[in-house]
Amino acid sequence: MEQLFTPEYIVSILLSGISLGGQLALIAIGYTMVYGILRLINFAHGDLFMVVGLMGIYVCAVLPTYAAIPIVILITMGLGFAIERAAYKPLRSAPRMSAMISAIGVSYLLQNTATYVTGGQPMTYPTIETLNRTINIMGTPTKLVVILTPALVLVLIVLLTQLINHTKIGMAMRAVSKDFETSRLMGIKINRVISTTFVIGSALAAVGAILYFTTYPAITPTSGSMPGLKAFVAAVFGGIGSIPGAVIGAFLIGICETIIKGLPSSWNVSVFSDAFTFALLIIILTCKPTGLFGEKATDKV
Amino acid sequence: MSNILEIRDLQVHYGGIEAVKGISLDVPEGQIVTLIGANGAGKSSTLRAIAGLEKPSAGKIFFKGEDITGKDSNEIVSRGVTLVPEGRRIFPDMSVLENLKIGAYLRKDDLKEDLNWVFELFPRLNERSWQAGGTLSGGEQQMLAVGRALMSRPKLIMMDEPSLGLAPIIVKGIFDIIRQINRQGVTVLLIEQNANMALKTADLGYVMETGRITLSGPGQALLQNEAVRTAYLGT
Repeated sequence: MEQLFTPEYIVSILLSGISLGGQLALIAIGYTMVYGILRLINFAHGDLFMVVGLMGIYVCAVLPTYAAIPIVILITMGLGFAIERAAYKPLRSAPRMSAMISAIGVSYLLQNTATYVTGGQPMTYPTIETLNRTINIMGTPTKLVVILTPALVLVLIVLLTQLINHTKIGMAMRAVSKDFETSRLMGIKINRVISTTFVIGSALAAVGAILYFTTYPAITPTSGSMPGLKAFVAAVFGGIGSIPGAVIGAFLIGICETIIKGLPSSWNVSVFSDAFTFALLIIILTCKPTGLFGEKATDKV
Repeated sequence: MSNILEIRDLQVHYGGIEAVKGISLDVPEGQIVTLIGANGAGKSSTLRAIAGLEKPSAGKIFFKGEDITGKDSNEIVSRGVTLVPEGRRIFPDMSVLENLKIGAYLRKDDLKEDLNWVFELFPRLNERSWQAGGTLSGGEQQMLAVGRALMSRPKLIMMDEPSLGLAPIIVKGIFDIIRQINRQGVTVLLIEQNANMALKTADLGYVMETGRITLSGPGQALLQNEAVRTAYLGT
């Protein structure tokens, strides 16, 4: 049993934990941004993640990988835009619960469409050679995707932060997330800002999905639910509405989960790795409902 | 003298409630016009309809002779109409400077001159330009709200209860600024419960009661009017 905890083993566990965390972070940002601006938990976001995986399969079948990836990301952005326009925009002045029910509806619509298209069979995700290449990190053979994910997440988060804090559209996003009406008085086109938020969130989820499914080769119509839920827990943990919170939450959940999965099988705890995430959710909701960096419970007026 | 704003038979409904019951009023260019009246008289709804926040159910709003009835807020702001909302509504997490910049959201030209203008009007904002808006005092927040509105380079600035919740000395300062802005060529449409202050400042006043305009005339004349004195000035 001691030989299990070799430095190489610990390094490999940590690396894959960070990688999983990064992938969850890319989904969690989408949840938290949409919540920040619309106070809507977009339950369809996890299923969008699954759709990206399926699109990856179909597009990769006809195009080389380097062309398929940007196309998949672009289609996902379009899909995010369309979902918002069709399912949430008409409910803008309706009670918040209506939009949430609409989100659940979109979630099932995506799942059922996926079932219809695939016949419910698990689909094999194509091997993206570049991402699956093995390299050595401190003597531990590691897939390139494991290293690439956190680096990519870091770059994307820096870009996103710059966008939000230092551009005009970013300023508009912050304004709209605080006060719709005053934003309109400033001349901001609310709907354009909301659409931008969905498009950005979808693009990040697309990148996350492409990386995620590299290590989970089979996709079913419900493949998005679990990562979606975990990313949601990450967003709640960090304080929903807060981007740094969502990222930290996602890395924490990713690392903890991988550690639990990596514990010796004789301990019989690895099966509880999912349970850990949801136990965490219950603990946060009871002890600190606003999460790590959440705003105080001031309701929008 | 031409009217920069003309309202004809404006009606505004909230659900089944008729807040504004067909009012007509004129705002002559370059003047300070005030709309006074009790709580719930329909003053705010009138301003909100002009600013494009509410769609009027009937009637017309003309700005510089052009029909702006029911247009989107961003369209109305870009034409030069701005509203300083009731309760100031500054963005609390943004710095003072950012709050001012967002007031110029639709503009693509250089903001330096306008920032200097606002900082000249409100030196306090210059001192606190890096502070978060939410940390300012009530009076400073009102200055910021007015400054933010001015950043859009308005031809007409509308103010919804700028004196609300402020100490008398600060209210006096705000009214001084309103006159100063007006002297620099911006037409002002002001609604107030502080009728005394508003009528003293205004060239023209309208009295609104339960969704209708019941009296109008020069500010000084309304100040002398028996009915106004009893209802709004408590004398």
